[in-house]
Amino acid sequence: MNIHEYQAKQIFQKYGVPTPKGIMVESVDAAVEAAKELGGPIWVVKAQIHAGGRGLGGGVKLAKSLDEVRELADEILGMTLVTHQTGPEGKLVQKLYIEDGADIKDEFYLSVVLDRKLEMPLIMASTEGGMNIEDVAENTPEKIITVPVDPAIGFQGFHGRELAFGLGISDKGEQKNIISFAQKLFKLYMENDAEMIEINPLVRTGSGEFIALDGKMGFDNSALGRQPEIAAMRDLTEEDPDEVEAAEYGLSYVALDGEIGCMVNGAGLAMGTMDTINYMGGTPANFLDVGGSANAETVAKGFEIILKNPKVKAIFVNIFGGIVRCDRIANGIIEATKITDVNVPVIVRLDGTNAPEASEILNNANISNLIVASDLGDGAAKAVAAAKGE
Amino acid sequence: MSILVNKDTKIIVQGFTGKEGSFHAEQCIDYGTNIVGGVTPNKGGQTHLGKPVFNTVSDAVKTTGATVSMIFVPPAFVGDAVMEAAEAGIELAVIITEGAPVKDMQMAKAHATKHGMKTLGPNCPGVITAEECKIGIMPGMIFKKGNVGLISKSGTLTYEGTNQVVQAGYGITTAVGIGGDPIIGLSYNQLLPMFEADPDTECIVMIGEIGGDLEIQAAKLIKEQITKPVVAFIAGQTAPKGKTMGHAGAIVSGSAGTAKEKMEALEAAGVKVVVSPAEIGKAVKEVLG
Repeated sequence: MNIHEYQAKQIFQKYGVPTPKGIMVESVDAAVEAAKELGGPIWVVKAQIHAGGRGLGGGVKLAKSLDEVRELADEILGMTLVTHQTGPEGKLVQKLYIEDGADIKDEFYLSVVLDRKLEMPLIMASTEGGMNIEDVAENTPEKIITVPVDPAIGFQGFHGRELAFGLGISDKGEQKNIISFAQKLFKLYMENDAEMIEINPLVRTGSGEFIALDGKMGFDNSALGRQPEIAAMRDLTEEDPDEVEAAEYGLSYVALDGEIGCMVNGAGLAMGTMDTINYMGGTPANFLDVGGSANAETVAKGFEIILKNPKVKAIFVNIFGGIVRCDRIANGIIEATKITDVNVPVIVRLDGTNAPEASEILNNANISNLIVASDLGDGAAKAVAAAKGE
Repeated sequence: MSILVNKDTKIIVQGFTGKEGSFHAEQCIDYGTNIVGGVTPNKGGQTHLGKPVFNTVSDAVKTTGATVSMIFVPPAFVGDAVMEAAEAGIELAVIITEGAPVKDMQMAKAHATKHGMKTLGPNCPGVITAEECKIGIMPGMIFKKGNVGLISKSGTLTYEGTNQVVQAGYGITTAVGIGGDPIIGLSYNQLLPMFEADPDTECIVMIGEIGGDLEIQAAKLIKEQITKPVVAFIAGQTAPKGKTMGHAGAIVSGSAGTAKEKMEALEAAGVKVVVSPAEIGKAVKEVLG
């Protein structure tokens, strides 16, 4: 789960990580009020969406008067912001963050992520602040320093020294500031079950302070149960409505560009099914894992969500029953055709637990647009043919 | 022969009396798995599915001599359960539970390693030595005994791969589901050498997916140490970047962890890489002649 910049900064402030002062607003008038409260003389008007690259897309602008704040708030609020992370359709800006302007001497990059290879959190830092870190990693990898921190020992002094010297910070006061900054950041990473924190840029001010000018945080979904304050920060308007609806029914759904709807049990087989469709010359319309507790209702819901996509020309149901019983899926398919108008060919491959019972159920149902497949390859081939109208 | 577990392996179940634990423990017992008891706090002294229940793993190990634990406790308690098993002297913990917090698994795995305990999972179907010992939630009936070892991040692709191996006229020595979480226990690089050393295994099927670099590390190890033929499939060639595909660890971050780079690395290591799981059976037939 991701949160907005203003929410990340609330967490930073709670842990004493320095940030500029700011106020989140949802209207132009409130933006001006916020600017008055902050005092100025310079403000930054920032679009709040769950995507990076907001500045380049025109979603972050500097205001030097209250009139300019009003003008910029009016311009940015309600705009569809397109960045390299939003996709071409962009994202609607519904919230703004009005922030005090900062005294920027230079810009750094700082993040904490999980290193899957080391199996522990990793602090990454660079003197190349404000740049896309992937480009820095690609072009000048020597400019990125990495400091793994074993949670069993926590953030120690030496971690901080590696960071400070690695960034070429030679002033003792500034060393103390960056070490304290990183230590607090690591503590909040651990205590909130964060998956990643990224501060880009982290700025050094003229007086040698370090301030988080931006803040991006993502969290471990599996830990949200014990992080109620974090869970409450979820902004559903930033997420794909179909994915959210699917999740409510225990379905894991991701929309794609193709023509063949997929309903599969298990994430690996769901990806494998997409790959097989692609290999056979077709295009998958979605990833959909019905999970281990699939029943008639969830299968019906799956059909409904798949069919919302007007591009879908055929649906391939591919189930290898382990915990999931095939007869239940078969009943679900029949149920679904009663509830939802399934107006495209449905190719069904059911294997594993109770597969013979399932084929009997499907054969007796006499549904005209149902095509039974014998295995994965056969099913994918039939789905591709059906989508082409063959 | 086989790897990790066989008909003599003594197994306990943590979360024995819960709904999931009960259902699957019973299936395992029916399969012939040597389950010698289970652990549920405050139910010690009772009997469940005809086996003794203990309050702690330590009690269970002392009384039964169990060396493997199958873990079904709810996600929030997985870390605790794994660490308890490690300190009680369990040698292998098979963690079936899905949705354990990543931070807990970091801690638990580090602790397990310190105590010399292997872990499998979390969020995995378990491990099965065909016709001997099933520890997990896989449909036992499809695992015919044979000469192919299988390692997979995905549960249902384990079944799909196994089914194809069997349809092609072969069978399975041991099939291991390693799980698709960001932090997992035993992985390709620990399991591949075990299969290499197992005299009954003549071919290895490895099934991976997008995210992380375990498959890349495996390619390196295969090139250096594995002489038996390996067939591989990597799921997620058509997955979009930056989206989590069901498994928490299945995500292409930036340009890292793509199916393409993994497939190329494996191919360069001499592995027979297939582009669809529907080709696994055919590929096994090809490499085994």
